Amino acid sequence: MKFTKDWLDIHLKSKKKESQIIDKLNNIGLEVEKIEPIKNELSDFIVAKIIKANKHPNADRLKLCEVDIGKNKVVKVVCGAQNAKDGLLTIYAPPGSVIPKNGMKLEISKIRGETSYGMLCSESELKLSDESEGIIELNGNNNNKIGKSYFSNSNKNNVIELSITPNRPDCLGVRGIARDLAACDFGELKELKKLKINKKDKHNFKVKIDNDKNQACYSFGSCIIRNINNTESPGWLKNRILALGLRPISAVVDITNYVMFDLNRPLHAYDLDKIKNRIIVRNSKKGEVLKALDNNNYTLDDSMCVIADDHGPLGLGGIIGGIRSGTEIDTKNILIESAYFDPEITRKTAKKLDLNSDAKFRFERGIDPNSIESGLEAAADLITSICGGEVSKFDIQQNKKSKLLEINFDPSIVTKTIGIKFNLNQILKILNKLGFTLKKKGKIFSVKVPTWRPDIFGEIDLVEEVIRIIGLDNIKSIEPEKNRIKPTLNFYQKHFHLAQRSVASKGYFETVTWSFSDENLNDNFKEEIETIKIVNPISSELNVLRNSLYPNLLFYMEKNIKRGFDDQSLFEIGPVFIGKKPGEQITVVCGLKKQSNNVKTYEQIDVFEIKKDLVQTLIELGIDKNEFKIEDKTPSYYHPGISGSIYTKKYNLLLGYFGELHPKITEKTFGFEILLENIVEYKSRTSRVKESLIFSDYQKSDRDFAFVVDKKINAQNLTDIISSIDKSLIKDIKIFDVYEGENIPSGKKSIALKVTIQSDHKTLNENDLTDISKKIVNSVEEKVGAKLRS
Amino acid sequence: MSDFEKKVQEFKNKLDQVQDVKLVETIRAEIFGKNGFINQEFKKIGNLSADEKKNLASSVNKAKQDLQDLIRSKENKLLNKELNEKLEKEKIDVTLPEKEFKIGKIHPVSQVIDEISCIFSEIGFSVEEGPDVENDYNNFTALNTPENHPAKDMHDTFYLDKNMKTLLRTHTSPVQVRTMLKGKPPFKIIAPGRTYRSDSDQTHTPMFHQLEGLHIDKNVNMGHLKGCLNYFIKEFFEVKKIKMRFRPSHFPFTEPSAEVDIGYRIENNKIVIGEGDKWLEILGCGMVHPNVLKNCKVDTKIYQGFAFGIGIDRLAMLKYGINDLRSFFECDYRWLNHYGFDPLDVPTNYRGLSR
Repeated sequence: MKFTKDWLDIHLKSKKKESQIIDKLNNIGLEVEKIEPIKNELSDFIVAKIIKANKHPNADRLKLCEVDIGKNKVVKVVCGAQNAKDGLLTIYAPPGSVIPKNGMKLEISKIRGETSYGMLCSESELKLSDESEGIIELNGNNNNKIGKSYFSNSNKNNVIELSITPNRPDCLGVRGIARDLAACDFGELKELKKLKINKKDKHNFKVKIDNDKNQACYSFGSCIIRNINNTESPGWLKNRILALGLRPISAVVDITNYVMFDLNRPLHAYDLDKIKNRIIVRNSKKGEVLKALDNNNYTLDDSMCVIADDHGPLGLGGIIGGIRSGTEIDTKNILIESAYFDPEITRKTAKKLDLNSDAKFRFERGIDPNSIESGLEAAADLITSICGGEVSKFDIQQNKKSKLLEINFDPSIVTKTIGIKFNLNQILKILNKLGFTLKKKGKIFSVKVPTWRPDIFGEIDLVEEVIRIIGLDNIKSIEPEKNRIKPTLNFYQKHFHLAQRSVASKGYFETVTWSFSDENLNDNFKEEIETIKIVNPISSELNVLRNSLYPNLLFYMEKNIKRGFDDQSLFEIGPVFIGKKPGEQITVVCGLKKQSNNVKTYEQIDVFEIKKDLVQTLIELGIDKNEFKIEDKTPSYYHPGISGSIYTKKYNLLLGYFGELHPKITEKTFGFEILLENIVEYKSRTSRVKESLIFSDYQKSDRDFAFVVDKKINAQNLTDIISSIDKSLIKDIKIFDVYEGENIPSGKKSIALKVTIQSDHKTLNENDLTDISKKIVNSVEEKVGAKLRS
Repeated sequence: MSDFEKKVQEFKNKLDQVQDVKLVETIRAEIFGKNGFINQEFKKIGNLSADEKKNLASSVNKAKQDLQDLIRSKENKLLNKELNEKLEKEKIDVTLPEKEFKIGKIHPVSQVIDEISCIFSEIGFSVEEGPDVENDYNNFTALNTPENHPAKDMHDTFYLDKNMKTLLRTHTSPVQVRTMLKGKPPFKIIAPGRTYRSDSDQTHTPMFHQLEGLHIDKNVNMGHLKGCLNYFIKEFFEVKKIKMRFRPSHFPFTEPSAEVDIGYRIENNKIVIGEGDKWLEILGCGMVHPNVLKNCKVDTKIYQGFAFGIGIDRLAMLKYGINDLRSFFECDYRWLNHYGFDPLDVPTNYRGLSR
């Protein structure tokens, strides 16, 4: 919403300066977004110098000029004027500016094959005189003004732009802003001028609101003005329109716009002679087409509100008018519409058609239903004073009455909400000035809500009104108490925090990537999960919710490789989506490691490097290593031979995966995933009490074994067998070599391990040791068909 | 000087001059060997009278002791010298670079979430979370955002179904709803998390992070709201004083609503928070709307309170001088390394928020 101080002065009698008003507006919730010098219709036109006026290569009568437009910029402009010559100072119109003479908006265009950036102007084009022969010639005094606007701005006022929150449609008119300022003692709201309009003619044009289902139009007021002399607007009106950032069109159109921004009362003017027989406000018919004033054709469905005549739609109620019945400069007889349209239906319609307009912006927020007549009056008064004409009596069709809202208000709620006692009279005065009518009802008040405030529903809204005007600065800040009733983090959150820092401490850089991903990348990792599509994605590369952290991590790892970083360890901790319902998500920690190809062989990372990172993280998360069970089954995005999963022995909970990623997805890249919820589940099911520590001081002995086993037998099989033989004696098993090749039959491998044997009760003698060794060999041979390697 | 004494002196001289440990060994053999000097001398004792015996024995013993000491010290000296020479040869250029230690980094967003949690922990808030996918009710309806209201324009929502019932939450406020529905007042929570809006330009990303705050109890009023936010902002930016301004605003879920600006100025192209005559909007807040409390089964006759929402990414940008929001999500290795935090740098209330 834009306005100027001198416009505000029409409604507010105040001695306050512009800067004070700006501060106050911020303080009462009307946020000032921008303050800009006022623009007039000539602001865009700047002083420029023709450096070189060359002949146009394809046209004898045209010139192709190199023009200095200041700020070290030189542009090419095609010009037909005879007087365009080297060194001439003149006035330049940049692309986007509007030529006052014909209202044409300049665009970059090709003239006879040469691109022209803007135009050099004659006096008549700028309406400075009727002189249309040749371009303007400025004298040398203007040499230092190149690039600056030629027409100095006589209006010292600024345009103040407010960002009005959607609850305050009343402040989409200057009068509403004035009312708010008056409420905080920033001046007095002036009474609206009593207009004396001579409405002697009969309103003899039929207007009817159809009784359709979901009729958006509650009431439709209109008046007819005959024999007008539509013209260009007078200077004061043009300046108002320009201040709004709009383009003056004609007195009739400018006046309807002016009333809308002045009183927040949208109006529409029809050329009466173009309306066939009558006006009927009805629901649109499916397939009807409206050619609107924005030059677009809109195809309507059957839920929209149209203003129509016997030929069809004339406009979309509350949104935009149609070209067919639009007023023109030679229009003689007009019909002015002042109506009320339902906010919701208006909004739905505009959304469906992707259509925005100043009227729609207001109707969808809620217009004062009682402003129909005053709007017609304001418009009729201005039109007759500028264009003449005779005004008819007003015709008001009503379909639905708007209800007056009354609220019970207990002023003590103000104190309860802000913590400080406030003077009752002050509270009542503020509400009064904002237009509320209060009636005492015992200890409380019955408050009538003004019709221009559709945002007020209950008591708390009144509290807000009072506090807003009193000023939030006046609320005393209360120091927070430092006591805790609940732990800050819950069990799960503590593990999240620990996992994050644990992985980072192992050389991984934490990333935060989108929760969405490219469907094509995600497909590699979704396994059995059904793709979760976003109906309206921001781009086709981010069109699904991710089913794994890998696709995004790999995508960005690839980007870093392109930036020249071959060695990378990245990780992310965050949501992975397994369904489209709220809560169907799990938290995964995913690490990814890649190494450049030019490291020495012995330094090359392998699967055991990534396994180390995973295992150590799990240990740091508080899971005993002896509780791990490694399986070689992993999701399909891992290398089927070089990957594993870790389960807990108790409860069989899957803690995570590790391995090389499948070569069809990416080359030589290792990764791990941790399923955080399962860690937390496991830990909450196991006791925190550690097993009591028993250590033996008797001598321990190590015995080495090398078994030749089938290739498919894995190390864990052997250690499981051995450790289960005698837990009281076998204290530790360490694998120290795995060998295939010479001296080992094909299809077999040798696993060498060291077993630590120790008793808690005595020093074992040679016989004891031989005994247990025999048991080890026998069990292993028996259970997996191994042979002790001699 | 007797022959014996001469001989002893000879050995002493020899030992004095020797420069090689191996030669010391030879001399030792000459003196202490089976047929060495000392044994030879002791053998002589047998033929002597008792008195002479005593005299000779004592002088031989003394000489033995002296020579032993001398050999030991000489040996030590020579060994030391040898070692020092060896060590001298091993001297390396210690200005060569150290071996690389690979420690990872914590993302600034995670770090800032931890800092925030730490601050609010001090004043009794606990951390709550909610799902990223929400239903329309929790995200809008329960929060008093009517259907087809322009307020919904403020949120360009990503939907997961054509009926617009399931969506990616546009703010962390649905956590308020979930928290209140599952528990009983008082509530004193913060909820950090990912949020999503269909918006992408210089200053907007389709995903960003928000922090929700909610405090509901008997008699919690706007004075508490101001005090709480003032405390938070001061602690977060680690400054003693902060210039703050509360401006009335509008959110469907709070009434009265306010936006909070903090003062700042630009010094040497860097932002200085807390002072200066420029204002920066950093958060929205207000008293929880009675309709929201009713939707969440909280008795508005007894309970009231405040809520606030802050952009976490923006806080991180301000505190750590990061200019581009989009860079948070681009995973550039250089960026992560530069703006990331040491994982050991855990914000705590006893050691402080940042190093």
